[in-house]
Amino acid sequence: MHIINKLGLHARPAAMLVQSVARFKSSIKILKEDQEVDGKSIMGIMTLAAAYDSTLRIMVDGSDEKEATQAIIDLFASGFGEK
Amino acid sequence: MVEKANILQGIPASSGIAIGNVFLLEEDEDYCLVHREIPKEGIKKEVARFKDSLTKTRADMLATQEKIHKTLGKEYARLADAYLLILEDPLITRNVVKRISEGVNAEYALFRILEQVIRSFEMIDDEYFRERKHDIQDVGKKIMHNLMGKQKRSLAEIAHESIVVAHNLTPADTIALRENMIKGFATNVGGKTSHTAIVAQGLEIPAVVGLKNITAQVKEGDTLIIDGNQGVVIINPVQEILDNYRREQEIQQAQVRELEKLKDLPAQTTDGHRVVIAANIENPNEVKSILAHGAEGVGLYRTEFLYFNRTTLPTEEEHYESYREVVQKMMPYSVIIRTMDLGGDKLADLGLEGFTKEDNPFLGLRAIRLCIKYPHIFKTQLRAILRASALGRVKIMYPMISGVGEIREANALLQEAKDELKKEGKAFDDKIEIGAMIEVPSAALSADLIAREVDFLSLGTNDLIQYTLAVDRINENVASLYDPFHPSILRLIKSVIEAGHNAGKWVGICGEIAGDPNLSMILVGLGINEFSVSPGQISKIKKVIRNTSLLEAKTLIQEIFSSNDWEEAVRKIKKHPIP
Repeated sequence: MHIINKLGLHARPAAMLVQSVARFKSSIKILKEDQEVDGKSIMGIMTLAAAYDSTLRIMVDGSDEKEATQAIIDLFASGFGEK
Repeated sequence: MVEKANILQGIPASSGIAIGNVFLLEEDEDYCLVHREIPKEGIKKEVARFKDSLTKTRADMLATQEKIHKTLGKEYARLADAYLLILEDPLITRNVVKRISEGVNAEYALFRILEQVIRSFEMIDDEYFRERKHDIQDVGKKIMHNLMGKQKRSLAEIAHESIVVAHNLTPADTIALRENMIKGFATNVGGKTSHTAIVAQGLEIPAVVGLKNITAQVKEGDTLIIDGNQGVVIINPVQEILDNYRREQEIQQAQVRELEKLKDLPAQTTDGHRVVIAANIENPNEVKSILAHGAEGVGLYRTEFLYFNRTTLPTEEEHYESYREVVQKMMPYSVIIRTMDLGGDKLADLGLEGFTKEDNPFLGLRAIRLCIKYPHIFKTQLRAILRASALGRVKIMYPMISGVGEIREANALLQEAKDELKKEGKAFDDKIEIGAMIEVPSAALSADLIAREVDFLSLGTNDLIQYTLAVDRINENVASLYDPFHPSILRLIKSVIEAGHNAGKWVGICGEIAGDPNLSMILVGLGINEFSVSPGQISKIKKVIRNTSLLEAKTLIQEIFSSNDWEEAVRKIKKHPIP
């Protein structure tokens, strides 16, 4: 159990987000203040991920935007399993 | 001629002491970065060349991941997923290709894109995320090697008994070190949480990282001491220091060997009193490890993890699958499954209706109270536990019991679940044993009444101590007041055990103090029948128990309880060397 906790727990939310949206055709943009990153880019998300206090705006655009948006909402609502 | 000893302080990455000669791994990042213009007709070919290098890199990474999986198992191998995700990042798959299409060679395009990313990472405040830049650099290097057709220098060249000194090591390198029996390593960069450090820990190779510039401070053949516990590296130590470290190394290695020997020996005092040492788990994956450490059962299966990482309540099948796996793997040992110990806030996230935020969750609607209030949630879990009981030896434990009423209500719901299963023709152990966690002071003080309603008691000392001393152990202003040796705590433990035994029931303990070797004698003397601890502690407390007699332990208890000065008595115990 101790081993599992040590392993990249912080990078998990970023990885979970990327893996959950990768399959959708829509483009995903994540905005924080004046920074904008591609929601499918793990490196992009990691550069934003440090700021836990700020609010993020997420823009979804494409043929499957409804499903993609729901997937993102579900993920955030579950607290990435971190609560 | 005695060379000047140099003592460097770095970051301890993997514990243990290693002594050997330096093998300096040249930093093969010294490729010449070429910047070429690609004419329009050549762009398609260049893009294809880049995509090929990505394919090859991906194949290499998967092969390394497979090796890690074979040597260390699933959890470690999952770390490599981060590298694979970076490889799939649009910044690499899309932006680099775009850059190439502007008419430059793949190496240059890759370099420029990654340069930007790394620069943004260097500006991140959080140290953990800043460190991730090494992962990105590693991935970049791998792609670059495949682009340039470079062959990485084989670590197999290194003589055994060496200590590798390098700028940085990748997890793949670390596995190669183990295969080549290298004693330890030291690097310029890296951190405690890097993938490399974690793999080194798993392989038990001592390592110190973050030494900034050690590659420039040593030369081939220097003698090096790696102290992976302190994060210290000593270059060309004088004979005295060398001797001290050799001695210390032997002592540490002997300790590890001794503890390993204990694995299959019973937890028995010198005068033949036997106790059971079981382990705490959260997850079916941990069963292999606890058995390897010599656990004689699962004394506490925390079931909360089944409720994490999801948006809906776990189904009965999901509960059942986890319990089944553990119960079957643990045969013939017993598994004590604790019913869900969570608060309403967590369940509200999973769709629980009608829950309002509490000011005082620690004193609020959680655990057994919540389960009794929402029987459908409770029965889902109970049904799954009952069904699993048909496959092995299962016991149920109710958390946060504050009185007899709760036990009766919980047992009534358990009976309902049993009746349902009977009607459905599903098998279960009708005589399944029930236990109550004694962690709320009211339960400790009425343990005699509670003992009549259950088959066993289990002391949950973490919360018992917090509630009794009114201390939040996470609050650094008062954490020092959290004292397991406080007379109130030892008295409560003593009276709970007596109450249990008077009612003919056994008493276990599953809080943190159960795994503390300093308290083992006291707990044995007080009459604990079963200890449930984290696997790493099993041998440690077994060692103490095997070197004590019950008589000594009981005498110790008498001394404490009859002394006029409790503090003095405790101080004496703490000074007493543990066997």
